[in-house]
Amino acid sequence: MTPLVEMKNISIAFGGVQAVDNVSIDLHPGEVVGLLGHNGAGKSTLIKILSGAYKMDSGEIRINGEKAHIASPRDARNYNIETIYQTLALADNLDAASNLFLGRELTNGLGFVDDDRMEAETRKIMARLNPNFKKLKEPVSALSGGQRQSVAIARAVYFNAKILIMDEPTAALGVHETAMVAELIHELKKQGLGIFLISHDTREMMELCDRVAVMKNGQMVGAERVEDVTEDDILSMIILGKNPKAAA
Amino acid sequence: MSADVTTTPTSPPKRSFLQTLEVDTRLLGMIGAFILVALVFNILTDGRFLTPRNIFNLTIQTVSVAIMATGMVFVIVTRHIDLSVGAVLAACSALMAMTQVRFLPNIGFDIGHWAIPWIAIGAGIILGGLIGAFNGWLVGYQGIPAFIVTLGGFLVWRNVGWYQTSGQTIGPLDQTFMMFGGINGTLGGTVSWIIGILAILFVVFAIFNARRVKTAHGFPVKPMWAEITLAGIATGAIAGFIAILTSYEVPARVVARDPAKYGCEVAEGCQAVYGLPISVLLLIAIAAIMTVIARKTRFGRYIFATGGNPDAAELSGINTRMLTVKIFMLMGVLCAIAAVVASSRLANHSNDLGTLDELRVIAAAVIGGTALSGGIGTIYGAILGALIMQSLQSGMAMVGVDAPLQNIVVGAVLVVAVFIDIQYRKRMGSK
Repeated sequence: MTPLVEMKNISIAFGGVQAVDNVSIDLHPGEVVGLLGHNGAGKSTLIKILSGAYKMDSGEIRINGEKAHIASPRDARNYNIETIYQTLALADNLDAASNLFLGRELTNGLGFVDDDRMEAETRKIMARLNPNFKKLKEPVSALSGGQRQSVAIARAVYFNAKILIMDEPTAALGVHETAMVAELIHELKKQGLGIFLISHDTREMMELCDRVAVMKNGQMVGAERVEDVTEDDILSMIILGKNPKAAA
Repeated sequence: MSADVTTTPTSPPKRSFLQTLEVDTRLLGMIGAFILVALVFNILTDGRFLTPRNIFNLTIQTVSVAIMATGMVFVIVTRHIDLSVGAVLAACSALMAMTQVRFLPNIGFDIGHWAIPWIAIGAGIILGGLIGAFNGWLVGYQGIPAFIVTLGGFLVWRNVGWYQTSGQTIGPLDQTFMMFGGINGTLGGTVSWIIGILAILFVVFAIFNARRVKTAHGFPVKPMWAEITLAGIATGAIAGFIAILTSYEVPARVVARDPAKYGCEVAEGCQAVYGLPISVLLLIAIAAIMTVIARKTRFGRYIFATGGNPDAAELSGINTRMLTVKIFMLMGVLCAIAAVVASSRLANHSNDLGTLDELRVIAAAVIGGTALSGGIGTIYGAILGALIMQSLQSGMAMVGVDAPLQNIVVGAVLVVAVFIDIQYRKRMGSK
């Protein structure tokens, strides 16, 4: 079975610092792959190459086995890659519908943005994802962290993402909202999406992911199936940068 | 019900009269401030401030700054600034004046040829657009702060205009061109009323069409009486405005100069009114177009998204660099249009045209509620801001306030207006 995403020998440097150094990773449909590592290990950078925010210096990306050219966030969207950023890439001054459709507004016959239709679509998808969501007319700055997160997730779900990148999706959330996100990840997985998940919470990753990949200093330490490793193994990979299984 | 029951509606909880109408309370605040300024000056001038004549003059004096202020809203919303608008206005005005007075007559166009004003206006708009696009390219693609680019432009463009004209005052301008200046181009009573009635019909249609669309989507709508109240207020405001402008009569000596122009055979007994100035109609059209751009187009949506969170906009696939070029280009085009109004109002081009306009334009946008931190601002707010500034200035001039004191008051009002705005936003819990 061809992997959904293959990233091969990816490298990128910022002014002499090798942020990602010859890293390869793949992702299959219906699979959740967790990326772990210290701050500055290169996880977010690697993922931003896939989402089009950065341009790699060398390497190759294949989507469904075919070579992909991703030079901008728009390119990434054309490959059905959606990203939920750590910083919640929302425009605070706009309402939920405007954010959900940002960059892909629905327009009417005259080419004007169709706010009413976008609001109706937002109501529909929110009723599915987060039934408590009622503040459709207000700027998203008035929303709680969880509500903002559900806008970001709704954006990915609405546009039929095949590949979903979640950069610390639960970092700003409370217990209840974290559980909601976990449930959603299971749901999306069942629908056959491939998900890259970045987090610092090792335990959470063990629960949510099928495989975990650990990075340190821009290099890939190892990618293992979660049932093959213990939490301690992962911690030692993160801290020491060595794969205990490979050494054994 | 007993007679001492107050007017507070008892129906759904916690919805005041204004909330039910869904009107912007900030807009009401600004209108309130404007009415207060007008009333105070009216008392101080023994009723001379609110005469049809003065209201007419006030509106035509506001047009040039107000046109530029609508563009400045977009610039400030995206967290930039444009300090060069007064200078760009002067450069465009110089080119337009030279085109109609020197260039075209020199290549064989007779003075008064019908094409002269339109070629001149076209040339000015192209120049304004090019200057704006160049500024936008420096800001968006080269990463030079807009403050620096336009501070440079502030010095450059006025003097480019000076070079074109060798420092001379260029005039008299073309007769048709001067129609855009105000008093020389008004629509008279009948046409003004036709436009007023069309505007009323359009507003009423827009209010009820919006309601119909909302109902079709199953959204909650405000009660019918609220829609009718709003439609009634809008109708009253438009009709009142037209009524004031059409009650400003053309003085008999002006009619006597050219009775045919006012539809009379002879000057005796001929009465005519000025009505809606073409320049004000131009401002209203620009305000409507700019509002549609802000609210109903992707371009406008991206402007506000970029102002709210530039990173989010970029990550959503918006080309924020090109957006910057477009915004500054639009600003340049609006400067050129403002230059038409400003120079034709004075009947000639002089080098100091639009001096300090950059500050008036920025002040108008800011008084109108545009936040320098980006993401927030409205077109109607900027126009009201321009109107408030102009009212203060001409009101103080009418009262006879000393010149230095006039500037002190205007400066203080700018700061106080922003202070009130910040306090208001804190209270409302938004940023």
